[in-house]
Amino acid sequence: MDLSKIYQSRFSHTLQFLFAGWFFGLISCSQPTNVETALEDQVLHFGLGAEPQHLDPHLATSVAAHNVLTALLEGLVSEDPENLQPRPGVAQSWSISDDGLIYTFNLRKDARWSNGDSVTAGDFIYSFRRILNPNFGAKYASMLYPLQNAAIYHQGMKSWEDAQVGAEAINPYTLQLTLENPVPYFLQLLNHFSWFPVHPPTIEKFGAFEKIGTSWTKSGNFVGNGPFTLFNHQINSVIEVRKNRSYWDEKTVRLNGIRFYPIEAVYTEERAYRTGFLHLTQSVSADRIDFLKDKYSNELHFEPYLGTYFYRFNLKSPPFDDLRVRQAFSLAIDRQRLVDKVLKGGQAPATSFTPPGTGGFYPKSKFQYDPSTAQTLLQSYLKEKGLDRLPPIELTYNTSEGHKKVAEALHGMWKDVLGVEIQLLNMEWKVFLSTVSKGDFTLARAGWIGDYVDPNTFLHMWRSGESLNMTGWENPMYDQALESAQKTGKEEQRWQSFQECEDLLAKEFPILPLYFYVHLTLRHPSVRGWYPTLLDHHPYKYVYLSEEETQ
Amino acid sequence: MTKVIFSRFLQALPTLWVIATVTFFMTRFAPGGPFDSEKAIPEEIKIKLQSHFGLDRPLFDQYLLYLKNLLQGDLGPSFKYPEWNVSELIATAFPVSLTLGALSLTIALLLGIPVGMIAALKRNTWMDYLPMSLTMAGICLPTFVLGPFLIYGLSTQLGLFPPLGWYGPSDWFLPSLTLGLFYAAYIARLTRAGMLETLQQEYIKTAKAKGATPWRILTKHAARGGLLPVMTFLGPAFAGLISGSFVIESIFFIPGLGKFFVTAAFNRDYTMVLGTVLFYATLIIFLNLFVDLVQAWLDPKSRQSK
Repeated sequence: MDLSKIYQSRFSHTLQFLFAGWFFGLISCSQPTNVETALEDQVLHFGLGAEPQHLDPHLATSVAAHNVLTALLEGLVSEDPENLQPRPGVAQSWSISDDGLIYTFNLRKDARWSNGDSVTAGDFIYSFRRILNPNFGAKYASMLYPLQNAAIYHQGMKSWEDAQVGAEAINPYTLQLTLENPVPYFLQLLNHFSWFPVHPPTIEKFGAFEKIGTSWTKSGNFVGNGPFTLFNHQINSVIEVRKNRSYWDEKTVRLNGIRFYPIEAVYTEERAYRTGFLHLTQSVSADRIDFLKDKYSNELHFEPYLGTYFYRFNLKSPPFDDLRVRQAFSLAIDRQRLVDKVLKGGQAPATSFTPPGTGGFYPKSKFQYDPSTAQTLLQSYLKEKGLDRLPPIELTYNTSEGHKKVAEALHGMWKDVLGVEIQLLNMEWKVFLSTVSKGDFTLARAGWIGDYVDPNTFLHMWRSGESLNMTGWENPMYDQALESAQKTGKEEQRWQSFQECEDLLAKEFPILPLYFYVHLTLRHPSVRGWYPTLLDHHPYKYVYLSEEETQ
Repeated sequence: MTKVIFSRFLQALPTLWVIATVTFFMTRFAPGGPFDSEKAIPEEIKIKLQSHFGLDRPLFDQYLLYLKNLLQGDLGPSFKYPEWNVSELIATAFPVSLTLGALSLTIALLLGIPVGMIAALKRNTWMDYLPMSLTMAGICLPTFVLGPFLIYGLSTQLGLFPPLGWYGPSDWFLPSLTLGLFYAAYIARLTRAGMLETLQQEYIKTAKAKGATPWRILTKHAARGGLLPVMTFLGPAFAGLISGSFVIESIFFIPGLGKFFVTAAFNRDYTMVLGTVLFYATLIIFLNLFVDLVQAWLDPKSRQSK
């Protein structure tokens, strides 16, 4: 039929023309990659991993929020980029009383908010009062509990005036903090965003003192005192910060800005990195490690990370109400094989709950691999109960390929050594959380990332009645050991008490530590002034971008 | 015509009410809540948060309050991102999804219809077989395979387009093409089938006998009937396209509505789930109405039956 000729000649030529126009028009707009232009404009392109839920330091809880907030705000002290030791921040100097209870901070006079106002001791008091306000509902308020009487005020037992919380502005530039007990890591704690100041007039303007969900944190409204200011925030797309010209240490800051991209899909993030869109990624998928080791060996980094991957036993229901079964399950696991053959990402086998070296504390390795003892223990349990074998045990985890791999590997080990059948039960995240917190599980996956570099951030979880415990395990000796560690400022005594806690965990097995996390990341060689740190903190004011040769 | 539109509009209201009610209670009965997290929060803080968001009231009161606010056009703040209102988030994300959807559909139509027409006209020649086998492949190939493949070719290797993001017009091409090719394949097959049927009709012969030019026969006589299946497909397809595609948005890192829709459910972001569901429902109801109207215009038969 000759219709087609007509069709082709008139209709499709016009279309082809239009299409070609768009196509080539776009190509001509194509530009050099972000990483290439960044050498010139000193803008860091940062894979954030997730959209932060809040940009309010008193409401924030996530790593993503931390990564943005440390650009926008600065606490009393700042961190050394290599070892995270305290360096002067808003406070230019400080003194500590001999008993380790009173900290006096001398604030610098040139510390300014991004609108030009001075940062004063009163601003800090206002901020502490805000996060501790019992009506506010801040999730991280307990981070301020080391302050004397902070808990009394926060739990609503007394008003701010009556509680006499240990924070006092001696004058606008002198702040005195009084602690309940000596806290050797107190200065480091001050770098957690819950301790960051907010600008009181801005908070008041938006009525945000005890209200969640005001718009003071949006670009244009946000007033900060950090090395950068919030320039643009498009949700799920980009958070852009630019150099803060009123920052007291502006001359140290070498980056002109940072663009944070909340890319959640790990493969997309990796692709973004490989096409020069990002300088660094938040994470790397475990099944890409082999490929990346091969092709990007200089850019793939395995950095230690302060976190423990573990399982919780439910001591309230059989068979884990019996110590022998818990012990047998622990002894039957070859943790070395788990990290070498299954995880393959440079993780370390967890033979204690606290990662070794946390704040200088090296717990003795107590969780061992001993299949024959494991068998004996289980046999004695079965004999006593008159059982042939254990009924199948449910292992609950939240749906994820990584968790599944670990669960399957452990299933194999338990089956080989103990002859136990495990049923893997995966659940969607929120269902999982509510199931575990209700105690409706037999064996459940868990993970814990430290909030500060001290064993306390790990070991406080297993105190009796602590909401994070969830195993049903309680031991007064543990509580006592923990309390004595918290009450003393002497390192030797603290390590001893923490070791007692670790010993109890490895004696009674409420939990099953499996491995210590590593932080896997791709980072471009042009990113300078960036060091691996345990908390994955990287003070941005020391970061800059430079060609490889000019190191 | 106005009467039809008006009555359809009235029908839409109870539909939306049922959707709102069912969604409201379904989200509330799902286990877990918006404030659950790995770092379990103390009970007293959870209570504070719940009262902050009105979750401490009886469920039915919450429902009534929600409906009342809804009637005033207030979808409430997001539970997950309380610093943003649901309507604000939809207003930010929808234009993105609309742009992506409209471009994809344009690509799909511009590719699909001509290919389908040529295949129908050149039936049983290579110009029929080749495109039809390609479209079969296109339908079978999921976007999460095609997307990275196109990125690798056009972005990584040739450097023609940005690999991801949604910051300017040059970012629009790859995701639109990925999504568009998928729909183009469907449209080509539907066009071919519709055209084949129409070209055999008596009135085409009549038109030819009367001496109408081939171009006029194709555009005026055949296309109107031949494109009916495409039109029917287009309504839901367009609604699906502009309401966002979670997969495409993840692959290309696009801040569209699909992501909010999916993650809101995971996060138990009650207000966001309700907001997006109602928004989609409204969108689909009105697009269906629109398609019915266009169909009536294209096809005299369906006009009469109404």
